[in-house]
Amino acid sequence: MSLELLGISVLWIFLFGYLIVASIDFGAGFFVTYSEWTGQKHVLGNIIQRYLSPVWEVTNVFLVFFFVGIVGFFPKTAYYYGSALLIPVSISIILLAIRGSYYAFSTYGSKDNKWYTFLYGVTGVLIPASLTTVLTISEGGYLTITDESVSLKLTELLTSPYSWSVVLLSIVSVLFISASFLTYYANKAEDTRAENLLRRYALGWSVPSVLIAVIVFYMLKSQNLEHFQQMVDLAWMFMISLGFFMIGVYLIYKRKAYGWAFTAVMMQYFFAFLGYGASHYPYLLYPVLTIYDGFTNETMAIALVVAFIFGLLLLIPALYLLLRLFLFNRDYVKGNE
Amino acid sequence: MTYDATTYSRILTELTLSFHILFATIGVGVPLMIALAQWIGIKRNDHHYILLARRWTRGFTITVAVGVVTGTAIGLQLSLLWPKFMETAGQVIALPLFMETFAFFFEAIFLGIYIYTWDRFKKPIYHFLLLIPVAIGSSASAFFITTVNAFMNTPQGFEIVNGVITNIDPIEAMFSPSVPTKVSHVLVSAYMTSAFVLAALAAYQMLKGKNHEYYKKALKITMIPALVFSIATAVVGDFSGKFLAEYQPEKLAAAEWHFETESHAPLILYGYLDENGEIKGALEIPYALSILAGNTPSTEVIGLNEFPEDERPPLYVHYFFDLMVTLGVLLTIIALLYAMWLRWKPRLAHHKWMLRAIVWSAPLSLLAIEIGWFFAEVGRQPWILRGYMKVPEASTTSPHVGTLIIVFAVLYVILAVGSAIVLRKMFKNNPPEKELQEYSMKHGGEIHVS
Ligand code: HDD
Ligand code: HEM
Ligand code: HEM
Repeated sequence: MSLELLGISVLWIFLFGYLIVASIDFGAGFFVTYSEWTGQKHVLGNIIQRYLSPVWEVTNVFLVFFFVGIVGFFPKTAYYYGSALLIPVSISIILLAIRGSYYAFSTYGSKDNKWYTFLYGVTGVLIPASLTTVLTISEGGYLTITDESVSLKLTELLTSPYSWSVVLLSIVSVLFISASFLTYYANKAEDTRAENLLRRYALGWSVPSVLIAVIVFYMLKSQNLEHFQQMVDLAWMFMISLGFFMIGVYLIYKRKAYGWAFTAVMMQYFFAFLGYGASHYPYLLYPVLTIYDGFTNETMAIALVVAFIFGLLLLIPALYLLLRLFLFNRDYVKGNE
Repeated sequence: MTYDATTYSRILTELTLSFHILFATIGVGVPLMIALAQWIGIKRNDHHYILLARRWTRGFTITVAVGVVTGTAIGLQLSLLWPKFMETAGQVIALPLFMETFAFFFEAIFLGIYIYTWDRFKKPIYHFLLLIPVAIGSSASAFFITTVNAFMNTPQGFEIVNGVITNIDPIEAMFSPSVPTKVSHVLVSAYMTSAFVLAALAAYQMLKGKNHEYYKKALKITMIPALVFSIATAVVGDFSGKFLAEYQPEKLAAAEWHFETESHAPLILYGYLDENGEIKGALEIPYALSILAGNTPSTEVIGLNEFPEDERPPLYVHYFFDLMVTLGVLLTIIALLYAMWLRWKPRLAHHKWMLRAIVWSAPLSLLAIEIGWFFAEVGRQPWILRGYMKVPEASTTSPHVGTLIIVFAVLYVILAVGSAIVLRKMFKNNPPEKELQEYSMKHGGEIHVS
């Protein structure tokens, strides 16, 4: 495998990791707020707090890892995306800041501040929406590129049906991933009421998530025909994804093996995400930047890969410990500790 | 003011960094102090110290949260505001930035575990062990980010042939000449500041009339490290001066208003420049600058006139330097007085005026951190990458930076006010006396509550 490909694969996998852990987090925010409106907050609040409070920082580091890594492996992305994305990314930063401080402030500070819960829920929906604009822009056609500068065609972005369909897909996916994980978690905690509620949410959002994915796929045809064609060539990946989707939904529907159900949902997104990424190859930004001309020098690439391997050796046992203590620990999950 | 993307980008960078650095500094130093308290508590089997560690940890969760979100902000802003810098420098200095993210992972994971496992281990020492990776992780992130900043000051590890960067050596770039002094100064000043901040909390309570043992122990366990680290900071600061004399002479010359290259150079303290550029009202210490630069009066110190006018840093950095050094000396004296009194006249160690001085040491050391960074960063002007790239070549051309300055300023005000309110509430509603009482009721009164 070439270093370029290795670099982008590593980053893509971490971005996928972020997609999963962050979706669980963002979706949870929405469910808490929503259940507060419908007077059921007590059903969910506890379970979500227990799982999310110890891990929100780790979730954030996945994002930091991705953007530091992509600028490291592909410094030219800093130039193109950095110049163009000042406004959308700044919006994301602000939303992330509000959300990040929420955990700390609400866990120790004002316990039941309605206003803060509201912000927590709203940011959970808005952050994925604002972050996905980066993927939208990567399809090309939203930037004005001259020799001196790169700038964003904001009106074009805001009036593009493709862009809005991607936003919608991100939100629905977040809710689906989150609900299927939390169903599993509630089940482990033997909290039947929460489990039933979350299971309903998971089933409710399952079909829309696939429908909207199909819509996005067709919208892409008019946005970026080349990418669309390549996706058609990789159709088998999306078929596998669909297969996992059906397994996941079936298990949740039958109230069986929630752990496997969530794994199936993760695999569903893994294959869809891989298919999307592989068909995007070799472009980082259509049609001006590929992973080959945006790549850093070879020495740096090797240094980064070596650092990455050593980093993983530290990271994997640490993550395992975290999961052992908070996710797979019966007593903790049930709230006995 | 007409809009200028570079100036506005600088303002926004300064704003975010100045805010982040307060929380980052606390993030680097406080784990060490928590570890100290918990360790002493376990060794001496003294619940007071354990409680201290526990209460500091609770406060720490709030400052870390703000550190993380503002750190994420500056991390993204580096690419958003300085895309051309990141594109160019990224090819040479990406390695430590990348390694820093692993340090973040490490810190975040173990902090999450540490916070939520206070009573989960039978042997308290296991819980203590979880803190070690947290302290290593946060000091490591300070190390990595500071090597990046060191590279901006003394870039090396690459060559430029026909405008193209070649011959890159990431390790050499990461260990540029300013790394030893910069990293050690940043680390010890962070430990020192954190010690003073925690000491101020105890002193403040004592000033309000609380006189439980707990506070006296808290004061001692923070002020002794504060003394050690403030002496270390001053010593390493002296080395930093020698480093500047050799590698970045224009920064030292601007800081000292030293225009002609000469030996036996005097150190100029305070004063001002009149309209003819003459130094007025300054305190001159003969030979001191030569001694600062190279340990002997005969050391030749390069003057500012050696540099082309458009490559000289602004002269106002002189005030930053003087103020930082003054604060360093003042803070060392405060810590020293406390330690001497504690040893020979314990009564005076808890005197009203001593306590007041300690309360003041917290804002003053945070101020010294800010001013130190302003000195280091403004003293690098007009370069962003010294000798290679000037600031205006690096910045974004976006017309929207002005608006964002306002938006981010509002955000930081909200974060500052929010964290202050939460911290206050957290400690006010649950004073240590109450927690100690609860503890001794649970454990059959083995702790004496006065
Ligand atoms: C509590 C904070 C604090 C205190 C009391 C001091 N410093 Fe400092 N100083 C810093 C906090 C700091 C800093 C924030 O850590 C800086 C900014 C950038 C850096 O490398 O460290 C710094 C930079 C800095 C530099 C510039 C280094 C460079 O640009 O490479 C010099 C020469 C000194 N310091 C010297 C001193 C001396 C002689 C002190 C005498 C007591 C002193 N500092 C006290
Ligand atoms: C341009 C300069 C800087 C950048 C780009 C930067 C970047 C970041 C980022 C992205 C985070 C969040 C990490 C997470 O998600 O957990 C962070 C947090 C942190 N930063 Fe900075 N940082 C800078 C300066 C500094 C400096 C100079 C120090 C130390 C002296 C420092 C120490 C820390 C620490 C310890 C944290 C962890 C949070 C905490 O414990 O408070 N940073 N930084
Ligand atoms: C890796 C570490 C750092 C990087 C990459 C970095 C980067 C930058 C950049 C891009 C600028 C704008 C260009 C300029 O005006 O010189 C700047 C300026 C500045 N930075 Fe740093 N910085 C770092 C560490 C820090 C830290 C931790 C602080 C502390 C608060 C800081 C304080 C400042 C200040 C005050 C300025 C404004 C200087 C001026 O306008 O003259 N920097 N830095």
